[in-house]
Amino acid sequence: MKEIIITELTQALQDLARGFAHYLPRMVVMLIVAFAGWVVAYVLKVLVRSILRLTKFSKLSENAGATQLLHQAALPSSTELLSRFVFWVAWIGFILLGVSVLGIVGLQDYISRFFLFLPRLFVALLILFFGLLAANFVSRAALLAAVNANFRSSRLLSISIRIVISIFALSMVFEVLGIAEQTVLIAFGTAFGAVMLGLAIAFGIGGKDLAREFLERRLAAGKKEEKEDELSPL
Amino acid sequence: MAEETLLTDDFLRQLINVGEVDILVGLPTHNNAKTIEPVIQAIQAGILKCFPRERAVIINADGGSQDGTPELVVGASIDDVKKDDPRDELRKGSKVYALRTLHSISTQYARSPEPGTALRTILAAADLLRARACVVVSPDSTAIEPDWLQRLVRPVYNDNFDLVSPIYRRQKFEGVLMRNLLYPMTRAIYGYGIREPYASEFAISGRLATDFLSKEIWSDEWGRIGPEICLTVTAITGKYRVCQSFLGTKTQPHRSASDLVATMRRTVGALFVSLDSNFPLWSTITGSQPVPALGTQSEVVPEPVRVNRKRLQEMFATGIAELEPVFRSILSAPTLAELQKIATLEFSEFNYPADVWAKTVFEFAASYHNSVISRDHIVQALVPLYRGRTLSFLLENRDASGEDIEKNVESLCGEFERLKPYLLEVWADRK
Repeated sequence: MKEIIITELTQALQDLARGFAHYLPRMVVMLIVAFAGWVVAYVLKVLVRSILRLTKFSKLSENAGATQLLHQAALPSSTELLSRFVFWVAWIGFILLGVSVLGIVGLQDYISRFFLFLPRLFVALLILFFGLLAANFVSRAALLAAVNANFRSSRLLSISIRIVISIFALSMVFEVLGIAEQTVLIAFGTAFGAVMLGLAIAFGIGGKDLAREFLERRLAAGKKEEKEDELSPL
Repeated sequence: MAEETLLTDDFLRQLINVGEVDILVGLPTHNNAKTIEPVIQAIQAGILKCFPRERAVIINADGGSQDGTPELVVGASIDDVKKDDPRDELRKGSKVYALRTLHSISTQYARSPEPGTALRTILAAADLLRARACVVVSPDSTAIEPDWLQRLVRPVYNDNFDLVSPIYRRQKFEGVLMRNLLYPMTRAIYGYGIREPYASEFAISGRLATDFLSKEIWSDEWGRIGPEICLTVTAITGKYRVCQSFLGTKTQPHRSASDLVATMRRTVGALFVSLDSNFPLWSTITGSQPVPALGTQSEVVPEPVRVNRKRLQEMFATGIAELEPVFRSILSAPTLAELQKIATLEFSEFNYPADVWAKTVFEFAASYHNSVISRDHIVQALVPLYRGRTLSFLLENRDASGEDIEKNVESLCGEFERLKPYLLEVWADRK
């Protein structure tokens, strides 16, 4: 009995040692790949940061309103955030590459899925960025046009436009990422429809007097303006 | 070489038929049938009276008129001048006749008006016909008199000036943007006291026309929307001989609120753009020098002007409140704080001081240069502030005479010149 136990233990230890000896070189390879990945990721981070600074990306980001959002969320600047993102994506990619060397069954599938997911992630980020840019630009253009035309609810109009475009961009992002596609589509459709219906009801039924007053005031103001503005700038 | 594609074959054929000319009169039009006839008659009368021996041509660059404007230009004849123009001596029996044929040619450069392309077409024609003097006249100037042509052309033709800029007779509250921004800023920046940096009537020499035509401004937005300011700046920076000539009353076509934004783009936007490429030149200029003014200025008969001052104040205050996030990108914190303080003032105490206005404009110029936000948005954001300054100008000069207003405008120019180092400071700061 004692001998059997000793034999089994020895066998187990030998298997462990064999397994360890089998995996050790792979582990070393994985560590080397991870280290090399860290170096490459770091170089990429520095490179991306320099390129973004050279191309004044922060200004573009400020224009898009992304800087404000990041500031409010106590996050670093957009340039820093993007370069860090590149660093982590590159490094994680290398680590996964190293892990794949270990030959663990079942992990290969997840790794390949991760690499397939990367292009979609980039596209989603691009859509988000340009969506924010468009939302900010169009809402500011609407605000300026409304203020210069003496429209009373110019800020409300501008914010509404920004929200609608942002929601639209976000729904596109979720669709690209493949996250709850149907739910997002239905939620977007419902929310958008609800806003439009709400506005229609508010102006058409609930606030018909207000709407009439508003339209009368607008039309009357337009007529009045023609009579009153006799100053020529040039 | 650009002219090859700019001028149509038909237009070229007509120009070749005309041959070389001494004077070219350019008329950029777009649906001006209501006002064009007296303008054409005055031009023709001016040529016959003052330049009977010179070879002259009227070139109409039309931006797709639908009301028959080009036909009216081409159809106007010398006989019409003799019979119909009541202001001209010709009708009073003096024996002045055209010694040469006075051609009127019209070309449609586009289906919609583009001031830059219109001017470029006129200048290309002047270059091709080797005109010694090229005059541009606004089709809206119904108050034009035949003498205007002489006052504009003579300095180029006889005294070798390259640019003759007009000085108009104006009602005391007319030309607020010109008096409060364009003139003071151009003078402070480029050191030349040109009263109308954006002129609707002006004359240029053939060599300035050729030089200006070769500039690479025509393809960019500035060239398309604000070529007049660009021409003035080119004449100043190119060290051309510049003078001013007193003309008559400036007529104002009716403008609406949307026109104000377009006007700001065409004038202030173009002036701001000019600062980019000319920085090495203007950054070293201090003070300003007067530009010779030819002729005599006549008095203006004051006419009451109806303005809703309270509405101006309301639009200024609303602009300050609603556009605060935009202003935070453009203006410095102290200037924005000053403006917010002004916006809270009672109507009777309202005052947008000259120094704050000059700082505001300079900060806008620096932000425009650095494109802190869309450049077009920067120009649009200036509109409510301009309304505030307009109100202040009206209140300051409520009981002032024309002479007092001129003194106040000169004082504002002095403020712009005094604060020019501030512009250089913010220009560098916002990099």
